[in-house]
Amino acid sequence: MPAIVVEGLEKSYGSLRAVDKVSFSVQEGEVFSLLGPNGAGKTTTIEILEGLRQADGGTAKVLDMDPWTRGYDLHQKIGVIPQGFKFLDYPTPREAIGYYGALFNRKVDPDEMLRRVILEDAANIWFQNLSGGQKQKLGMALSLVNDPELVFLDEPTTGLDPQARRAVWEVIRKLKDEGRTVMLTTHYLEEAEELADRVAIMNHGKIVAMGTTEQIESRYGSGQRMIVKAGDALLKFLKENTRLEVASGRGTVTIVLRDKEDAMVALGAIEESGAEWGDLTVRKDSLEDVFLRLVGEEGKTEKEGE
Amino acid sequence: MAAELRVYARSNLRSREGFFFTLIFPIILVLLFGAIFGGGSSGPVTVYVQNHDSGFQGVNVGSLFIMALNQTYAESVNSTYTATHSVTAAIRLVSVPLDQNLTQYLSSHSATDGISIPADFSQAYLSDRPVNVTLYGNPASTTSAIVSGITREFINHFNSVGATGVHSVGVASAVAVSSSYKYIDFLIPGLIGFSALTSPMFAMVNISSTYRRDKVFKLLSLTPLTKTEWLLAKIIWYIGTTVVSFLLMSLVGIYVYGAHIAFNWGIAMFLVVGPFFFVSLGMLVGTISNSPESAAVVGNLVTFPMMFLSGTFFPVQAMPMYLQTIAHVLPLYYLIDGLTNVMIYGNFAPAYFDVGLLLVISVITFALAVRFFRWRED
Repeated sequence: MPAIVVEGLEKSYGSLRAVDKVSFSVQEGEVFSLLGPNGAGKTTTIEILEGLRQADGGTAKVLDMDPWTRGYDLHQKIGVIPQGFKFLDYPTPREAIGYYGALFNRKVDPDEMLRRVILEDAANIWFQNLSGGQKQKLGMALSLVNDPELVFLDEPTTGLDPQARRAVWEVIRKLKDEGRTVMLTTHYLEEAEELADRVAIMNHGKIVAMGTTEQIESRYGSGQRMIVKAGDALLKFLKENTRLEVASGRGTVTIVLRDKEDAMVALGAIEESGAEWGDLTVRKDSLEDVFLRLVGEEGKTEKEGE
Repeated sequence: MAAELRVYARSNLRSREGFFFTLIFPIILVLLFGAIFGGGSSGPVTVYVQNHDSGFQGVNVGSLFIMALNQTYAESVNSTYTATHSVTAAIRLVSVPLDQNLTQYLSSHSATDGISIPADFSQAYLSDRPVNVTLYGNPASTTSAIVSGITREFINHFNSVGATGVHSVGVASAVAVSSSYKYIDFLIPGLIGFSALTSPMFAMVNISSTYRRDKVFKLLSLTPLTKTEWLLAKIIWYIGTTVVSFLLMSLVGIYVYGAHIAFNWGIAMFLVVGPFFFVSLGMLVGTISNSPESAAVVGNLVTFPMMFLSGTFFPVQAMPMYLQTIAHVLPLYYLIDGLTNVMIYGNFAPAYFDVGLLLVISVITFALAVRFFRWRED
């Protein structure tokens, strides 16, 4: 039974279509990520599912309930960290967890919750004095007070330094190990790649690609390529003697590899050609390449050196 | 330094609070204080008059005295008199039936000022014997000072325009309200009102708008907490702080200034209904404003005039008529009036009216505040 089913979801603000006929489903126990640049509509979508915003059209069923009309019941069963989680200034993490425990009418051991999110050593610090990473961790702890089967995380690591980010990822992985369903939004590719079972790439309110990382790469990517540092001589040889698709770049020759056969043929041909050649790399379109292509210049990028 | 000044000046004026405090607030202050103290004469102070004069030889000098006093200082002021004398305040005379005890009558009407004319007034006056009228007042009350001034001035005039002979009508002072006779006693109800107004108003205006901006309400909407529960918790808290501040003020008033405070349950009902109203009002103001800055401005615009015009620091009776009318529309006026009735005059009937009115206003404001208060934005 899918935990979340979304069909043709729509939400507009004036003339801006924030969510434009979005459809997807999330299975129980999986980690599903909405990935996209800022303004893609990810937060709007997830907030509709959390029962915080009302959709203009389409349907959404979370744990078989309509989030807007059955928000009160739904909130008993889900955990949410909203975007830019901010709490009251003065409660300490321990007090905050106690507060939420009382609100949800559940017996919660604050120390145990704090240990789960690795926040024990900040148990008695005022919220306003916590670091960004500690605040996020508290947000996660609060979202788990009611032992939810489904957790929504909206941009859980934005603004955190790399260590804090890794620590939050650890907690998210633990959630999955506990059998919970997790839906998160992010604009960090790495995060989607590392954590999610399936990813939906969103841009301008629409889903432009969806599936596992491999599925997206193979469907939308341009496959594997062999890149050789060589000149026109090799290019000519390959064109004349093989049926490989070749192209030239800046001092390089790119050979499209449709399968393993192509790889063997290419290597053989290179040796046979006797042409000058240097470094050889095999590249495959990564999620990043796909993302950038699908999303254009607006995509957030952390380019590795080529 | 000049560059620093320029940038700071611009930021200060661009922020709405800066704009309010720098430019608008002083204007409001001058307008308010000018109206209260400067412009126009104060409304008539009610003076309760009892004429026990039995008359003498067919003449009731007491009645003549009262009539003359009325003509000189009451609403319709005698123009020839004003030509030669400056009239700074007016009184309104109310006749008290002879079967009433004047002091009790004053108490039950929450008044401090009365004049009693003795039975032998005519006899003494017409026989050229000195006689006193008894002026009831309270040395600590502003209105009594006004009445005393007027009465003595009038009596001097009365003495000087009498018929032949030496007439000396004098004034015997008496205190109508026995237990509260220090100025501070009259201040305390106003000060309680002040704290019941300011603490919840400023706090609620602030949190209702900043919680919305910081999405704390959005966060709380994900929990089982309801809006009513949230608001009620605030009301209970501010009732607590108002009680504590009342106790602190009383302690300081008693031990440092020798105030007399009648602790009774009447006070308690005001300490409950006051915060109930002001928490709801503050919440309403913050909710309907778009940002914390504009909420603060609106909050100040509501709070400061109410603070000064409701009788917090100076009695409403001493203000011009049009301001007194305005005061009667301000909830804080009824709070202070009620507390004054209960603490100074021991007059519970009008206090029940005050508290009932406040209760009704509070319930309405509370309902509106909950109605407009939204956990979820869209």
